[in-house]
Amino acid sequence: MACQGLQKGETLASLKTESDGLKKKLEVERGKLNDVELHQVAEKTEVLGALSIKTRRVLKGHGAKVLCMDWCKDKRRLVSSSQVRTSTDLWTREHGVSLPCTWVMACAYAPSGCAVACGGLDNKCSVIPLSLDKDENLAAKKKSVAMHTNYVSGCTFTNSDMQMLTSSGDGTCALWDVESGQLLQSFHGHTADVLSLDLAPSETGNTFVSGGCDRKANVWDMRSGQNIQSFESHESDINCVKYYPSGDAFASASDDATCRFYDLRADREVAVYQKDSIVFGASTVDFSLSGRLLFAGYNDYTINAWDVLKGNRVSILFGHENRVSRVKLSPDGTAICSASWDNTLRIWA
Amino acid sequence: MTSNSNLSNMRRMVEQLKLEASVERIKVSQAAAELQQYCLQNASKDALLVGVPTGSNPFREPRSCAVV
Repeated sequence: MACQGLQKGETLASLKTESDGLKKKLEVERGKLNDVELHQVAEKTEVLGALSIKTRRVLKGHGAKVLCMDWCKDKRRLVSSSQVRTSTDLWTREHGVSLPCTWVMACAYAPSGCAVACGGLDNKCSVIPLSLDKDENLAAKKKSVAMHTNYVSGCTFTNSDMQMLTSSGDGTCALWDVESGQLLQSFHGHTADVLSLDLAPSETGNTFVSGGCDRKANVWDMRSGQNIQSFESHESDINCVKYYPSGDAFASASDDATCRFYDLRADREVAVYQKDSIVFGASTVDFSLSGRLLFAGYNDYTINAWDVLKGNRVSILFGHENRVSRVKLSPDGTAICSASWDNTLRIWA
Repeated sequence: MTSNSNLSNMRRMVEQLKLEASVERIKVSQAAAELQQYCLQNASKDALLVGVPTGSNPFREPRSCAVV
């Protein structure tokens, strides 16, 4: 029987005791600093007035459920992906052009605006360079970059067109070199499907957050692959994670019908956005430019706008006729785009 | 052997927990104050919060009619 690496006196039982002890210690340490609630600190802030946000555009043209969308940095173009009912091919639409990409659950614009990444049930994430020439055969130019052993749930370029981060149903996240397709770093720690990831906003930042079916949200160091912080307070799958604009906190949306807010420096959950009347899962979240508003899309077809500091709901955006699958703030903060299973995208401003 | 892989998994979990337990933390009161400050400092630039004059928001149609 091979026993190398076994420390003196170390057994499964002793390690279990040690791990239980550490978990308790973590709880105690975090608890010591929980001297006040976020909404109490925000008591002196002015209450928000009614928001004048309405649907300004409805984008039809997808033949089926829209699963994902992303804005181009030029603030005008969008890429969105859907599931076409009549065939097994899922396709991506970018300013009116269909791009060849099958089974797409995730799509993202490259920072340069010159390419689009898409991935999904084919376990891959591919990059398609965009061309102004509508006759160009884009299928020929499509290039596989990421290869997972289960579906790709999320993808994003890092600060340039050269690297891409993906999250997968195989329980891992990975960093890839777009040019060579080489795996640069893999991130292990989730114990079930990873459903979402988001890159920290800072230019120099090298961290990202991921959330998944193990109900955990993990923060990772991109260079070392290390899981630096972990948060487990949701009662069901985390469908989406998004950084607060300052990079010091992040929000999550879950099947437990709540959205939560975690501060990274306090290392704990600091707010829960919930109401007894909200019983359907939240699938997606994004912050407004100042971080004061949190827009969350739900399976009951609505988008709720929450006051991040005070914790109350400020507005309900009605309009979609089926589940909201994605909400995303435009790069300049003037509008929110929502994608839905009702086959449309809506722009709210 | 399963017992060895269980052992190495446990050891990895213990190392991970030690790392997480050693994270430097600040008080919620301080973190909350900074989050609030960020919101307030940027509130005026937040179009969805304060609204912008209809003329300058490309997604809102201008109310007045233009004579062509």
